[in-house]
Formats: sequence, structure tokens, C-alpha cells
Amino acid sequence: MGRYVARRLLQMIPVFIGATLLIFCMMYALPGDPVAALFGEKAPDPAQVAAIKHQLGLDLPLWQQYWNYLTGLFQGDFGTQIATQRPVADVISQAFPVTIRLTLFAFVFTVVAGILLGLISGLRADKAFDRVVLFFTLLLISVPSFVLGYFFQYLFAFQLGWTTPTVQNSEDLGQLLLPAIVLAGLSLAYVTRLTRTSVAENLRADYIRTAIAKGLPRRRVVGIHLLRNSLIPVVTFLGTDVGALMAGAVVTEGIFNVHGVGNTIFEALNRREGSTVVGIATLIVIVYLVASLLVDLLYAVLDPRIRYD
Amino acid sequence: MTETLNAPAPASKEPGPGPAGADAKPAKGRSLWTDAWHDLRRKPLFIISAVLILLLLVMVAFPSWFTSASPTAADLTNHYQGKPEYSHFFGEDWFGYDTQGRSVWARMVYGARASVLVGVLVTLFVTILGGIVGLIAGYFGGWLDSVLSRITDIFQGIPFLLGAMVVLTTFTERSLWVVIAALLFLGWTQIARVARGAVITVKQSDYVHAAQSLGASTARIMFRHIVPNALAPVVVVATTALGGYIAAEATLSYLGIGLAEPTVSWGVDVDQGKDALRTAPHMIISPAVMVSLTVLAFIMLGDAVRNALDPKSR
Repeated sequence: MGRYVARRLLQMIPVFIGATLLIFCMMYALPGDPVAALFGEKAPDPAQVAAIKHQLGLDLPLWQQYWNYLTGLFQGDFGTQIATQRPVADVISQAFPVTIRLTLFAFVFTVVAGILLGLISGLRADKAFDRVVLFFTLLLISVPSFVLGYFFQYLFAFQLGWTTPTVQNSEDLGQLLLPAIVLAGLSLAYVTRLTRTSVAENLRADYIRTAIAKGLPRRRVVGIHLLRNSLIPVVTFLGTDVGALMAGAVVTEGIFNVHGVGNTIFEALNRREGSTVVGIATLIVIVYLVASLLVDLLYAVLDPRIRYD
Repeated sequence: MTETLNAPAPASKEPGPGPAGADAKPAKGRSLWTDAWHDLRRKPLFIISAVLILLLLVMVAFPSWFTSASPTAADLTNHYQGKPEYSHFFGEDWFGYDTQGRSVWARMVYGARASVLVGVLVTLFVTILGGIVGLIAGYFGGWLDSVLSRITDIFQGIPFLLGAMVVLTTFTERSLWVVIAALLFLGWTQIARVARGAVITVKQSDYVHAAQSLGASTARIMFRHIVPNALAPVVVVATTALGGYIAAEATLSYLGIGLAEPTVSWGVDVDQGKDALRTAPHMIISPAVMVSLTVLAFIMLGDAVRNALDPKSR
């Protein structure tokens, strides 16, 4: 187990370096010069621009800039925002908790509602309830999240007046409910469908028949024998989905005016602010990698036949 | 999801009696594909989606059959007072006017072009690129496989939407082709993984060993034996992904980093309509419904194709 985790952590390093390097290169290939932009409408003095660039290390070759960035990263230094002179770590530490809260909320909603709905409709495959669930998940997959977001905003805030159209206080979970549901929509539909298919398939397995024949209570057959075996594809999906949820927050946070990572990254992209974008992207890549490692370890919990030696 | 989707790979044995394998032209014994086609024609899911997609394709090819109005002709006198006249079928004011006094219905019709083109072309290119990478990695194995799989991992580590946003901001001029290229750049990994898995499964089958021992060339084994038999799972993933690419284009255009004016795009229209959500909701509803319907049609097609090609679900 320990050796397996160590090997997986080592394997993560090239993926981590590759992914961040890719984003780093793309960001610095951007047209437009953030330093020249500091001067606003005035024509910048070339000598001054060169001096600032030298001070920020922007005159170095790209690979050296990346190396400096990477070494800074291990000391918790994400670089500096050029326009505001604020350390990026500062900006991130302000925005990240908000998005974590939103994503976690959406994630919990996805897991609980998705598995529950999937289990019920899987147990009643091809009955009315199953058909209804399938239809709604199909709708949920088809409607892009920005459409769903405005629809909910129009319905629940403007027409029914149940909530405020935008999030005023991101500490208040009640206000985060609507954005979290919108963010979770697509994943919820996928989790429901995956669970349903998996449950319906495993229901025909021999070990289920055996468990029923043994006279085990239905709750135990469904909860332990069936569910545990059916969750492997669901867990696989959930692991890769965490990163997508955090990136999807760009859209949801924009609609509901949540001041999280999504909003920050979007503003930074418009201002061509490489350091902020790369910093946030790096964190999301780390979240993604850790989540996929956790998934692999969870396999062994769900299916004891899978061993890591 | 890949786990379940990889499963239909050995489906080539499925067509029952008669010579197995789809590379022998389906003359008598029904191949996987004819079988799937027979199955599909009877499915209401497939028929509904096919009708919707056909309608969309006609809209893409001949938008003037649906509306005589131009999607870019702006008449500011219609601004805001142009509420929808739902009884004026196919009229210029059927769905009202937008903030600049342009016919919303005309924009709904002409917007189909960008959406469908992006969806279809991205799917096509992704399938080709991902398929080639998966074929090479799966067939040759060894160090080549390791290198290609690691590269796939790297791209997979970047969330799709985030990566597409970063790629697209590097371009100042964002045409249809730039959006297609950006989605291709990040989307090929999904197909590559599925194709690699399918190729590895097919590579171990007897007819491939037979062809190898008969001295068939690598190219012949790859394209006559492996590709036709490994195609099914790739087709399933590709059709399912098509709807997703259309949604992605709309999302990026909505965020202001995908397609931009003067290209008519539903995503751009939703972005422009959002500010009038309270006063003139028709501006946002119409393009939103069009995007959702289009994605729905392709997702249903993907579902139907999967059910038809996956012998387990029969």
C-alpha cells in the first residue's frame, strides 16, 4: 500500500510538470504586454519597460522563467500580480475557500442525490420512476449550465422571489444552494445514470441471488452487496469530476456573482495576467491529481480483490 | 465510464453465426453494424433525434427557407418594443427583437450553422487524431505506448473548460476554426484512451494472430483487421461527445472567449440577453432553447447508438 502510493506520487510528477508547463507556455504566448499595459494610454518608455521586466524576471528565456516559477511554488510563492503588485498567493487564498465551499457543496449534492436516485431507478429498471429519472437526467445533460443558471435565477429569484438573484454573502450556505445545484447539474445526471446502469446490471449477478437465497434482509443485500459492487464506475467518474467542477465554477460564479476562483480566473484572463491564471490552474491540476489518487485507493476499499502491493 | 464503454470491443464476435468480423463486407450474415442499424430504426429515441438533427442540418444548409429576415440587420426602432408575436409563424417578429432591433427568430435559425459546424467538425477531427494516437499506442505498445499514454495523461490533467479558456485567450482573432482547434487540442485524449483500449483487446484475437503469421504487412493488419473491429466503442464515445462539444462552444461564446460578433452564435445571444433577463426574457429564452434542443438531439443520438452497438444492453 505505502509503496503503491509512493509510486503513484512519483508518476504524478511528470503529469504535473507537463500540465503546468503547457498552461505556462500558452499564457506567455499571449499577445499583449502586461507591463506595457501598466502605462495605460501613454506611450511607455522602452527603458522603463525593460527595467520593470528585468525586475520581474520577464526578460529571461521561457524555460528559465518556468524554472523560477516552479522553485518559487515549492516555497509557497505563486508570483506577483503585475497590475496590482499583490502576491498571487494572496489573491488565491482569498478566492479559493469560496470556490472550495461551492464545489464541495455541489459535490456532496451530486454524490447523495445522484447515488440515491440512481439506486432507486436501478432497482426499478424500466418502471415509471426509472423512466422519469432517465428523462430528467437527459434534460439535465442537454441543458448547458449557463442556461440552467439563468433559468433558475429567473424562476426562483425573479418570479418566485425565494432567493436573491446573486450571492451576497458566500458564507451563507442557503445562498450558495442555487449556484451549487446549477454547478452540480451535469455531474448529478451522469452519476445518476452510471449508478442506475451499474445497479441494474449487478442486480442480475449470481452473488445477489445467493444473498437473497441466504435469507439476508433486503436492506443488507442492497446496501452492502449491491451498492458496494456497483459504485466502482461511479467513484471513477467522481474522481475525474472534481477538477471539472472547479473549472465549471467559472460559469456558475459569473451568473450568481460569487467571488471565487472562477471569477478571479476570468478577470485575469481578460487582463492577460499570466501569473494568476497559471497559479490557479496549477492548484486545480493538483486537486485533480490528488482526487484521482484517492479514487484508485478507494477501489481497494470497495473491492477487496483489488490489492496494491 | 470508459470501463463500461470498453466492454463492447469483443462485440465483433457478436453477429452470431457466419463469418465473424466486420471487414468481410456484410453480404449475408449480419455484421455488428447492420445489426445495430436494424435495431436503431425501431427505437423512438433514435427517430426523434434523427428528425431533430435532420431539421437542424436543413437549417444549416438553407437558412433562408425558414426566415426571410437577415440575422444582422438591426432596426433600432424595434428595440425593446419588439416583444414576441407568437402567432406570426416564421415571421420576422415571431420571437421578437433583441436590444439592437434584430430579429430573434432569424438569429435562432442562422445560429445553427456555428453550433452544428463546430460540433461535427470537432468530433470528426478528434476521432481522427485520437484514433491515430490510440491505434499507434495500442498496436505497437512498449515505449511508444508509454510516451503517448503519458502525454494523454498530461492533457487529461487539465480541466476541459479551463484549458479551452486559456487556449482561446491566446488568440485575438477568434474565428470558427480557432474555436474548433482549441476544442480539438483538449478533446482528443478521451478518444485516444478508448481507441487504445479497444485496439489492445482486438490485437489479442485469433484473426489478428492468423494475419500476422500469414505474413500480412503491418499496415494491412492495422487497417483491414484492427480498425474495423475496434471502431464500435470509438463511434459510441464520439457520438456522445458531439453534444458536449456543441455545449462547450456555446459556453465559451457565452463567456465572451469563443465565437464573437459578427458570427451568429447562440452562446453570444445568451450573453447579450442576460442583461435583459428581467425585462425582456424572450431574448435569452430563444437561443437558450435552441442550444438545449440541439445538444439534446445529439445526446439522444449518442444514447441510441450506444444501446444499439453495445450487445450487453440488449
